[in-house]
Amino acid sequence: MKILVAVKQVAFLDDEFEMRDDGRDVDADFFEKDLNEFDHFSVEEAMLIKEAAGDAAEVVIAIIGDEDADDALRTALAKGADRGIRVWDEALADADGVAVARVLAKVVEREKPDMVFTGAQSADFGSAVTGMALAGLLGWPHTAVVCNLDYAPGAGTATIRRELEGGLEEIMTIRCPAVLSIQLGINQPRYASLRGIKQAKQKPVDELSLDDLGLSAAEVVPAARVRRMYAPERGKAELITGSAAEQAARLAEIIKELRGM
Amino acid sequence: MAELLVIAAQRQGELRPSTLEAIAAANGIRQPGDTLAVAIVAADPQSLVGALSVDGVDEVIAVKATDDFQPDLTEAVILALAAARKPAVIAAAHGVDAWSFVPAAAVKLGCGLATDVQALRREDGELVATRAGYAEKVLVDLDFPGKSTVLLTIRTNVFEPAAGTGAPRVTEMAAPAADVATTHQGWKPPADAGGIDIPGSEFILSIGRGVGDESNVEQFLELAEEMGATLGCSRPIADNGWLPKARQVGQSGQLAASCRLYVAMGVSGSVQHQWGMKHVETIVAVNTDPEASIFSIARYGIVGDMFEIAEELKGHF
Repeated sequence: MKILVAVKQVAFLDDEFEMRDDGRDVDADFFEKDLNEFDHFSVEEAMLIKEAAGDAAEVVIAIIGDEDADDALRTALAKGADRGIRVWDEALADADGVAVARVLAKVVEREKPDMVFTGAQSADFGSAVTGMALAGLLGWPHTAVVCNLDYAPGAGTATIRRELEGGLEEIMTIRCPAVLSIQLGINQPRYASLRGIKQAKQKPVDELSLDDLGLSAAEVVPAARVRRMYAPERGKAELITGSAAEQAARLAEIIKELRGM
Repeated sequence: MAELLVIAAQRQGELRPSTLEAIAAANGIRQPGDTLAVAIVAADPQSLVGALSVDGVDEVIAVKATDDFQPDLTEAVILALAAARKPAVIAAAHGVDAWSFVPAAAVKLGCGLATDVQALRREDGELVATRAGYAEKVLVDLDFPGKSTVLLTIRTNVFEPAAGTGAPRVTEMAAPAADVATTHQGWKPPADAGGIDIPGSEFILSIGRGVGDESNVEQFLELAEEMGATLGCSRPIADNGWLPKARQVGQSGQLAASCRLYVAMGVSGSVQHQWGMKHVETIVAVNTDPEASIFSIARYGIVGDMFEIAEELKGHF
């Protein structure tokens, strides 16, 4: 029994940033990178299933990214996952969710997991594409924004809840194996222990190229092309300055005026 | 001449209002001779034809389903309509339902794809879609070279919903054969609000991740009471169980529908949170991070420590 969890190393921007010379991305020098927030929850969900099964389940973490992405992969491994797979090729530099899904589909064919989890979206681009595109390529049952999962290893179906707008949830059964995108709040993700972090460094990681997966660069093209990237014209809040006492006094004034107090 | 296709969203037999925004977005890129069709998949699709008879809709395609929402069936409808009509654009609201079927349909069609689109236009005849990146700090213009069909999901609360009264042709389409892998079992309504009324509150004080620890929450409940505000929160606070879900403002929480004054403390302002409050006339943001996206929608900003400001505020009420 095996659960494959696809994770992403996301990039956030420094306070000040500059565009790359071609104007189609931010200069990579201004990135701060981290494991996608949603992935803490999908990895935790896989670990909970593994532990409930008396460890008779393997949790494999897959990531598409260059050597830099190793940090995010090790962060996921430190939570107790068994091993990792990192796929990289320069042809993936402009990959979007669709291109990444094509790579992951090959990883799934190779690994033959019983379930695949992804985050509901990435915290940087929020496209909400990769997991469900992967399901489409595999032809597997799928549903997005799962906020509760009841699944026993080997079961033919799982019961899930999807979190809808306004706090309503829908209860569904879904045929397995399935691809599920996992929502924040489905569990309380654990912090990696010092021992876990140490062990993560020793865990086996397969480093694969597109070639290893039988994919050509032409097969991993994005579904859209970036014409340009730019900083939006942002609304400017009127700043209230001064000491905390002065700022609070002005805020109280605004509140009282608007409230007719 | 091209066909534009919108996939409507309904839930429990009610049209999702975001559908009218997706229709407006598609209408905005309409060229002479183009037609716009809306497909509605529902247990009783005919009952939603009236709500979809708005300006710009030439045709409503009614597809009768046996269940409320099945991602596999909606996907099959898209694939069947794409094969039969070769639409240039297929648009849906960027809601939770669409997340389940749009990417899967896109890879099966091999079409262009952009999600959470907030602006749409033609430049020299080419379709250009704008979305955000890097946690809303940049915008990205996307195009779709070589793609005869482009699938788009449209960000909610950006496009003015299509209105007016149209007289679309209504056609019926038999539900296509689909391998449906999900079975609806029921609904779990939002937890009892226990008297907390975020949608009805005119004045909301809201706290976010900046509050740091559960033990810090109580003082903001007290402050809200002193000021006559309802205490709201962002998602992480409710997920941690520090405040009940009924206080959560945002897409998966509550819409601050009646709010006229929203004071956000330690809230960074994610898209999901903004969904519930960015319409508020007066937003005041208190945050130590001057780059927090909440400042871009706030009328007043205080770059400062929420605890110090809260402590000082107490003396004024």
